[in-house]
Amino acid sequence: MKQTPLGLTIDNAGLRYPNVNQAILDKLSMQIPAGQWTCLLGRSGSGKTSLLRYLAGLLDSNVEWQGNVICSDGLALQQRIAYMAQQDLLLPWLSVVDNVCLSYRFNKQKITPEVTEKALALLDQVGLLAVRHALPQTLSGGMRQRVALARTLMQDKPFILMDEPFSALDAVTRHKLQQLSYTLLKDKTVILITHDPQEAVRLAGRLYILTGRPAQAEHIALPISRPPRDIDADSALVQQRIFHLLEQDYA
Amino acid sequence: MPDLSPLASTPSRHQHTGQKSTQHRTRSASLVRGVIILCVMLALWQGLIYAFALPSFILPTPLSVLDRLVARYPILLDHTWVTAQEIILGLLLGLSMGLFFALQMLLFKPIKRWLLPVLIASQAIPVFAIAPVLMLWLDYGIASKVVMAAIIIFFPVTTCCYDGLRNTPRGFLDLAHTLQASRWQQLIHIQLPAALPALASGIRVAVVIAPIGAVAGEWVGSSAGLGYLMLQANARMMIDDMFAALLILSLLSVVLYFVTDFTLKRAIPWEH
Repeated sequence: MKQTPLGLTIDNAGLRYPNVNQAILDKLSMQIPAGQWTCLLGRSGSGKTSLLRYLAGLLDSNVEWQGNVICSDGLALQQRIAYMAQQDLLLPWLSVVDNVCLSYRFNKQKITPEVTEKALALLDQVGLLAVRHALPQTLSGGMRQRVALARTLMQDKPFILMDEPFSALDAVTRHKLQQLSYTLLKDKTVILITHDPQEAVRLAGRLYILTGRPAQAEHIALPISRPPRDIDADSALVQQRIFHLLEQDYA
Repeated sequence: MPDLSPLASTPSRHQHTGQKSTQHRTRSASLVRGVIILCVMLALWQGLIYAFALPSFILPTPLSVLDRLVARYPILLDHTWVTAQEIILGLLLGLSMGLFFALQMLLFKPIKRWLLPVLIASQAIPVFAIAPVLMLWLDYGIASKVVMAAIIIFFPVTTCCYDGLRNTPRGFLDLAHTLQASRWQQLIHIQLPAALPALASGIRVAVVIAPIGAVAGEWVGSSAGLGYLMLQANARMMIDDMFAALLILSLLSVVLYFVTDFTLKRAIPWEH
């Protein structure tokens, strides 16, 4: 059944690690539009990964969090997210298709022939049906990240949290994988953390830069063209502006 | 749908034919290396006897040892079977105990706080020193040697297994969390398989040192086994018999190591 994409509002958020004086985030507000990619940029240590990990429920319970995270349907965010990290996190002891079906092992759902069929269909979509029985270590970096994408799609969650999933790939593979991910995740609400302004401008439906200490989110206006964007004069200007803001923040 | 064809045709590192021929070459090279090492050692052995004019009650010739191996084949085989049983059962007991304690330390933090210092302190007692006590408690049969072998491998297995279990890559645990895995599922599906390479290192160490425990136990008190045979031969100045038993013991340890190593490599292909 096709789901209606959901949006997310982060309102007045603050985040502080225990025994650290300065907060990581303070009074941070963001609108994550439904069914689009929201890209987060920022210098290293700006708090973007902390924010993503908080949304994924991966931070320790003793982290101090303030503010509200509101889904557009009013329900809780927990258990409605899928997570893609910089590493593909494929389990080396499972075959490609078993990695794709991993979520079913944990949800008291049996891996029925229908489930396997769905996994194989997804592997076909990412162009990896031929290596379905291979172990992950026999695949290249780009292929492994495509398996991770199929695993994410298999979870079929409305929110996809991505922490630099393309950063370890070479330029051409990255470009192709961005295109593929954008196509396959078209009905999902995606939050992508990246260090690459070009990637952000290419994929973003909405773009924020986390600046300052503690960090606040600054909204950056994007070219009117629809993502995934080709490099043109408008997107080059936005990239230039991002570099300018990041340089200021690093100073 | 984007055009996937160029990406789909990205060459996999799965080059079956090339891989197989390389494996075959490596295996042949290992075999040749093994044969060369064996020949050199035999030559050195014989050379030592010639060079220093050693009498046969100090160092028998390889040929006389071979002669004893053939002549006393049935007796040697009986005693080898006893020692092999002690080693295998000791390994099974030691490995189960190691895995059990490593899991306890992982799952119950207070147990770790109390048990780890005891484990480390227990290593200060030489296993040879407690052998007579084990003979007293468990008699001169196979049980005391099995326990000796188990005790000698217990510490390396426990520490390797525990290290493997607690060093699960952070990302795997994050993934399991976002997939809503329960703690039990996380242990079974993530932590235990992820700990297998570390456990395999522990098992490799264990198969090398377990025979030491078993034979040391036989030296202290036994009525069968290669260690017993060596003591008896030594007492009767039948040095070539002693060397025959020693040779079989070495062969047993080497075969055990290579069989284990081969099995582990097959079972944990992602190890290297």
